[in-house]
Amino acid sequence: MKLDAKIPSGDLSNKWVDYRSSLPLVSPANKQRQDVIIVGTGLAGASAAASMAEMGYNVKAFCFQDSPRRAHSIAAQGGINAAKNYQNDGDSVYRLFYDTIKGGDYRSREANVYRLAEVSGNIIDQCVAQGVPFAREYGGTLDNRSFGGVQVSRTFYARGQTGQQLLLGAYSALSRQISLGKVEMYTKHEMVDLVLIDGHAKGIIARNLVNGNIEKYAANAVVLATGGYGNVYYLSTNAMGSNVTASWKAHKKGAMFSNPCFTQIHPTCIPVSGEYQSKLTLMSESLRNDGRIWVSSKKGDKRHPSEIPESERDYYLERRYPAFGNLVPRDIASRAAKERCDAGFGAGETGQSVYLDFEDAINSMGKDTVAARYGNLFDMYAKITDENPYKTPMRIYPAVHYTMGGLWVDYNLMTTIPGLFAIGECNFSDHGANRLGASALMQGLADGYFVLPYTIGTYLSNEINKDKVTNNDSAFKDAEKEVSNKIDSYLTNDGKRTVESLHKDLGQIMWNHCGMSRNKKDLSKALNEIKELKNTFWSDVKVPGKKDTLNAELEKADRVADFIELGDLMIRDALDRNESCGAHFREEYQTDDGEAMRDDKNFSYVSTWENKGDKAEPILHKEELLFDTVTPTQRSYK
Amino acid sequence: MSNKLNLTLKVWRQESSDSHGDFVDYSMEGVNPHMSFLELLDVLNERLITEGMDPIAFEHDCREGICGSCAMSINGEAHGPVKSTTACQLHMFHFNDGDTITVEPWRAKSFPVIKDLAVDRSAFDRIIQSGGYVSVNTGSAPDGNAIPIDKETATMAFDAAACIGCGACVSSCKNSSASLFVSAKISQFSKLPQGQPEQKQRVLSMVAQMDKEGFGHCTNTGACEATCPKDISMDNISTMNKEYLKAILS
Repeated sequence: MKLDAKIPSGDLSNKWVDYRSSLPLVSPANKQRQDVIIVGTGLAGASAAASMAEMGYNVKAFCFQDSPRRAHSIAAQGGINAAKNYQNDGDSVYRLFYDTIKGGDYRSREANVYRLAEVSGNIIDQCVAQGVPFAREYGGTLDNRSFGGVQVSRTFYARGQTGQQLLLGAYSALSRQISLGKVEMYTKHEMVDLVLIDGHAKGIIARNLVNGNIEKYAANAVVLATGGYGNVYYLSTNAMGSNVTASWKAHKKGAMFSNPCFTQIHPTCIPVSGEYQSKLTLMSESLRNDGRIWVSSKKGDKRHPSEIPESERDYYLERRYPAFGNLVPRDIASRAAKERCDAGFGAGETGQSVYLDFEDAINSMGKDTVAARYGNLFDMYAKITDENPYKTPMRIYPAVHYTMGGLWVDYNLMTTIPGLFAIGECNFSDHGANRLGASALMQGLADGYFVLPYTIGTYLSNEINKDKVTNNDSAFKDAEKEVSNKIDSYLTNDGKRTVESLHKDLGQIMWNHCGMSRNKKDLSKALNEIKELKNTFWSDVKVPGKKDTLNAELEKADRVADFIELGDLMIRDALDRNESCGAHFREEYQTDDGEAMRDDKNFSYVSTWENKGDKAEPILHKEELLFDTVTPTQRSYK
Repeated sequence: MSNKLNLTLKVWRQESSDSHGDFVDYSMEGVNPHMSFLELLDVLNERLITEGMDPIAFEHDCREGICGSCAMSINGEAHGPVKSTTACQLHMFHFNDGDTITVEPWRAKSFPVIKDLAVDRSAFDRIIQSGGYVSVNTGSAPDGNAIPIDKETATMAFDAAACIGCGACVSSCKNSSASLFVSAKISQFSKLPQGQPEQKQRVLSMVAQMDKEGFGHCTNTGACEATCPKDISMDNISTMNKEYLKAILS
């Protein structure tokens, strides 16, 4: 099968403008007759639901949380990029595009990334108009800061709570449409299957998490905005509920899944403290603006950091990457930390951490300025570790944070299933093999506010003459029955293993063999381990409770079952990609000084996997990446 | 690693909204002081499942103190004894060996119990839907810098906007008032130029919706501010009252 990305023709800088002016429209009268289901209410889902309802569509929005305001976008700290050039430092749409393509190690589409950079400015305008309290200069204009992987200041922020403020902005726009009756909001509802009619996505099956009802919802199109799958590693910075289930159900119904092995490991997280650990806490990478990262230059040094003299400190990022120093992209910063710790130079009791030190920053700009910039992050660190980062350097270690891979989408953000769209983190489209800081918020809101509301018209304009689908169709009944049977099978399995313990086992396999660095031998071993784990899961899982009440274990069971299958695909993808690029580091493919060695001749493609059912192996399709404007070079931050 | 703790937990167990609830005692041994309070509940739940018992239901998601999902009173205080901290960020090193810790859901008529510690807070969403927004359609915004806002005003608006909607204020108020939550949103918009055109209607609608949901009135006790994990100030309630008066008198 040939994957057609439907990239418009023409010059890169005119593609989107020309396309937007020529794509089919749906008239206001017809919009009122079109129902759209949106699953997930984070930045992408809430902004899409609000924007499409404003345009006149009837939207049904779903979230598994008890309120749309709780989606995990809320936890994003650092900021959102936009090519406004307010700082007069030479920024432009082209530069943001170029930084994103280069940061992604030339594994994303030029046209999609250019469009993202193009609409970035509109996002800031929209959010300001909603009353999002961005940081300001004394003169009243918007403030910016710099972020990893770039040399301009284009990041807009709201203290260390940018995601929260942007999400509350989108949530307020969504709430307005709910009050106007244009969005029907279903909280505490989890999508448990996708319904296809004649090969088109025409609805979903959702489970009401409060009373356990299995409910059927029909629509003219379905949009997934269900976030990333970092929790496949058990420990990650994702929220406890973040999961792959909606995407995975769609994948099993025919939506292809791209670049599953591209997983971002964030360099500045609080290290693991014990085996009870349920999640990892990220601290914004904005800390790397003023903090300096170091380890002792002596192996196994157990001295308190204050006792290690300046001459015995190794500022390894500044040493290895003098041009970017502590501001190298995330993948590079993470691997460099792992390299030092694996070599025996790590800090702390476990030796699995490095220092992030603000002593120089406090000496040069004063404690008050540091507190104004990073106060809430310092407080958070102190709260968790019981240590004072104004006095003792913080200890950090990389943790799974973001997944660049996701459902394959074309330029219209439509998956390989007609009528099924994927926006935000759950699609694969814009970040290639590595995402730059402050670009996730940008992509979620770009997709939801400024891209999907237009591009969905290319599909819906063809639907206006068709008969309305209702949830009485036999496809809904079949899917409902299948879901029901599966839930019964979990509850009657009566095994010995808790869902949590199986999830932890999965996390170990993935982190040890398909984490920050990978090799063929370990990946092959992991493939067998996953197979065994899958058998153990289905024969020995124990799910307590009832199906008609709130039952968190039942919810988790179905999510972990999907994570196990996803883990298998991630390993296959990592095995196929015999090169190192971005976050995917294959130990066999590195330069003499330990940098990633890309292979553009053989691997300049989007790995796109087709599911062939439980019994057969998935099939790989390749979307070749064409670079008309930029020339892929080895990424250098030296 | 520092000393392990032996604790007794008294946890509110309630099967559903219409069933009778009660406290159940659980003894916990060898608790690692670096665990968070929710991780303590995780450990207990794993044990309960293995023993064939129903695990304790509680809301939680980000575990970083920002999503506002977690909601429980610990020893009678919303989110427990540490100021400016949600239950998910409360670590066990704040407790002593031998402690008995009481854990119960938010207690308020407008937040009915769903199960155990999980309550229904949809009333908060309905209050926001009644007017907690600026009516600006996507695409109709002027350039971000066309609306200058001085730094001090932006800071004050941010302080009000930092509310996470957890409901601790309601739970700790003797009147179960939602005034702190509602006023934070009204106050954010009252300070910003973007909020001005709809200010009058907003305060009237949101206050009316708050009353309709059955929340009590504010009698300036201040328990809300004391337990708010995000330090939302009671000054916002004064702002709300001022805006309300302005709206009904003009």
